[in-house]
Amino acid sequence: MTQQYEAVIGIECHVELKTETKMFCGCPNEFGGEPNTKVCPVCLGLPGALPVPNARAIEHMLRAGLAFGAEIPAFSKFDRKNYFYPDMPKDYQISQYDMPLTIGGSVTYWLEDGEMRTCRLTRIHLEEDTGKSTHAGSGDGRIAGSDYSLVDFNRAGVPLMECVSEPDLRSAQEAVGYLESLRLTLLQLGVSDVRMEEGSLRCDANVSIRPAGSSQLGTKTEIKNMNSFRSVQRAIDSEIERQIGMVEAGERIVQETRGWDEVRGVTHPMRSKEQAHDYRYFPDPDLVPLEPATEAGLAEVRGSIPELPWQRFERFTAQYGIAPKPAAQLVGNPQLAAYFDRVATITGRPQASANLVLGDLSRLANETGVAVSESPATADFTAELVHLLEGRTINSKIGKDLLERMWRGEGSPRAIVEREGLAQTSDPDAIEAFVDAALAAHPQVAADFRAGKTNVAGFLVGQIMKASGGKADPALVKELLQKKLAAPS
Amino acid sequence: MSGIVERGAAEIAREVNGGTISAIEVTEAALAQVDAVEARTGAFLTVLHELARKVAAGVDARVRGGERLPLAGVPLAVKDNMCLTGTRTTCGSKILEHWVAPYTATAVARMLAAGCVPIGKTNLDEFAMGSSCENSALGITRNPYDLERVPGGSSGGSAAAVAARETALALGSDTGGSIREPGAFCNLIGFKPTYGRVSRYGLIAFASSLDQIGPLARTVEDAALAYEAMSGHDPMDATSIDRPVEPAVTALREDLRGLRVGIVREFDTEKLGTELDAAYRRAYAELEKLGARMVDVSLPTADYGLATYYLIAPAECSSNLSRFDGVRYGLRVDAPDVQAMYERTRAAGFGPEVKRRILIGTHALSSGYYDAYYVRAQKARTLIARDFENAFADCDLIASPAASCPAFRFNAKSDPYSMYLMDYYTIPMSLAGLPALSVPCGWITPAGGTNPMPLGLQLCAPLFGEPLLLGAAHAYERATMYASRHAPQLGGEVRA
Repeated sequence: MTQQYEAVIGIECHVELKTETKMFCGCPNEFGGEPNTKVCPVCLGLPGALPVPNARAIEHMLRAGLAFGAEIPAFSKFDRKNYFYPDMPKDYQISQYDMPLTIGGSVTYWLEDGEMRTCRLTRIHLEEDTGKSTHAGSGDGRIAGSDYSLVDFNRAGVPLMECVSEPDLRSAQEAVGYLESLRLTLLQLGVSDVRMEEGSLRCDANVSIRPAGSSQLGTKTEIKNMNSFRSVQRAIDSEIERQIGMVEAGERIVQETRGWDEVRGVTHPMRSKEQAHDYRYFPDPDLVPLEPATEAGLAEVRGSIPELPWQRFERFTAQYGIAPKPAAQLVGNPQLAAYFDRVATITGRPQASANLVLGDLSRLANETGVAVSESPATADFTAELVHLLEGRTINSKIGKDLLERMWRGEGSPRAIVEREGLAQTSDPDAIEAFVDAALAAHPQVAADFRAGKTNVAGFLVGQIMKASGGKADPALVKELLQKKLAAPS
Repeated sequence: MSGIVERGAAEIAREVNGGTISAIEVTEAALAQVDAVEARTGAFLTVLHELARKVAAGVDARVRGGERLPLAGVPLAVKDNMCLTGTRTTCGSKILEHWVAPYTATAVARMLAAGCVPIGKTNLDEFAMGSSCENSALGITRNPYDLERVPGGSSGGSAAAVAARETALALGSDTGGSIREPGAFCNLIGFKPTYGRVSRYGLIAFASSLDQIGPLARTVEDAALAYEAMSGHDPMDATSIDRPVEPAVTALREDLRGLRVGIVREFDTEKLGTELDAAYRRAYAELEKLGARMVDVSLPTADYGLATYYLIAPAECSSNLSRFDGVRYGLRVDAPDVQAMYERTRAAGFGPEVKRRILIGTHALSSGYYDAYYVRAQKARTLIARDFENAFADCDLIASPAASCPAFRFNAKSDPYSMYLMDYYTIPMSLAGLPALSVPCGWITPAGGTNPMPLGLQLCAPLFGEPLLLGAAHAYERATMYASRHAPQLGGEVRA
């Protein structure tokens, strides 16, 4: 982006809520399954069937709203959004128009360099998801040229939260930062699985540009079909570039919906403002107005909200002094972050704890497919290990070995060290005896060293460590060996 | 056996529970009556011979097992906009002509649980939109008291079935008068309970905020029994009210002493003509004679009822009927693309009145018109409800005509507006969600007609005032005995 322009971006997210049952009926809310097996008269929109709201989904909305500091109005209602679409069973969607469950609030997020930013929310409202169409016979799954279409209603009626941001974002990077913080927060709150690949998180971006420093908004386009955070980043960058190109060429930007083409890396027009539907919103007469919660109820929900990912990120970087990248890595995995937090709290050594958790422990987790937090290497055991290492009770080689054994379920590393006498030998007299023995056993090597082949020192260190059963303090070994070799034989 | 079909629900249930007659015998008598008169009445779109016999056998088994059912063996007609598993449920529309319901409406299920035997599904104005049954796309229903005349609507088939003694009870649905007006036209009790009292689950929606299921019966006691069986909270309907149902049958009374009955100043019966005016004045006098104190009440905004109703009901129906699009069920007229398929299917599947209301409703909800039409209509609705609240500060019940004329001849109301006017007296109560019923209040031989035709008196109570409402109607019915003065004109099979 050139200096003269500034991008203005707002994000609309659709998030499928994690509930036992669908939004307005008792069908299971589960991803996948044989087509049309998780359906009933209500979610199929059969004649005469009526919706009954899922209280759990409303609770989730309040939780999310309060976590983002939104206002929860005393009254809310459901409206019908009317338009014809084959995978929408009633040809209207139960949604919320002018009285959403939450109003305002904001999402705080961080950038790669650790800087914190905030994006205001317009609202979060609750609605029902549609079914899914599959087009057959066109070769590429598109409707154009297809012979017939199939509709799966398993997803129809799944509770869907629509989260609309204010146009506070200024770059694709900020948009992705916002999305990541939003995603992690909803995950942390337990209100959604937020899996983009399963469609439980979907987002659209409203993008416009304006001369840098201007406070007026340019004509925006809405970008759809972005299937990953990476495609969000690419699509927004591409759209900003396209809009700048148009303005520079003296053309007008048209308000329209554009689709992101992942393969070609460009956005293309889908429909213009003139083709937009008149949704004829009106209050759903099948549902009564909602009184979301009492003050006491809201206070209870508010009290149950845990530390949020952005707060954790800020604490890890500011209080623990962890660098932004590892801090983001930790925050990106709530269970791992909690595990780390406990280790760091017990040991008072956050950096060493982070190294161990993100290093060897995460490697073991990857290799075995068991999450660190689920493994037999509990945070308390890991804290013991950090203590053993940091206090130089054991050396790092024994440390690695102990970690493997903790992972396998052998329990407390301190107990193992005591039982097996693995404590590091730091007694200079004992080490000196090992050094002397090694030099006596390998006079030629010692001579080579003195003749200038200093790289043979490693061999001698190895021999000494081996002789000590791995317990000798390697630093002390090196120090004594250097001394002995420097001295005349 | 012909005597059996004359019996009311209360009497049948007493006998079946007492073992003096079986549900099977009652059912066979009802089916025989259907066979005998159906060619003339046309009440049913589907007769459920097999299912009726199976259900009746089940009722007999339950009674033999010691159960006592409030409606044991009572033959029931169900308006064909209510779902009953495995039966065709058409709404009187080509678009659902062959649709078989895979589930049962709560109200229907409750009636069956109470011992009713489903005899068949009855004709109606398409999607319950009409006041004569003439808007059905699937058949003509005739008034059993004069086969040249309409049975009323939209629950015309249900009314005709009960009037012609094909069943003892019927379920109807009332959105703006669709139980009360056919009740009045067919010499029956047509009862619309408080909105939210009876579950709408499984009732195919016309206008969700107004639709209410209720009974059509030949006696108030039967209507009360049916009401007790079908009412009460249903977790499947978010608009159904979670509040205990007060008993109605035990509240039936013999006089109106201590009650204040309001006569609505704006419902001046003089404009109905001298004969009808006289008939209703006599009805009010009869109420007074039963001990009621008559009071003058005002519903200043009631006159806006019709306009209000014809914005709200079409708005809701335009959305409710969207789902009939040919994609998942019902009629589909093939076309090269989905948009054309929608258009052809809906063009072929819906009749003119349904299309008219979808168009009005779509317009009323459109961007730029919503505030002027839909929002204003909702405000008017609130004012109308408030008028009733004010009126009920001065009275316990409100009495009025149930319809502005007796049953008319086919094609007599050819322009839509004159048909809409049929519901002038019943719509305000619907907008206010109030319980109301029509009870027979006299006979009149219309000009040019040969048969005396029944008239209906509408009584209306405050919200949840069903026990009082039914109680008062019972006193009036017992004192006047209008219903039994003339018999249906169906020929030899039906005994007077």
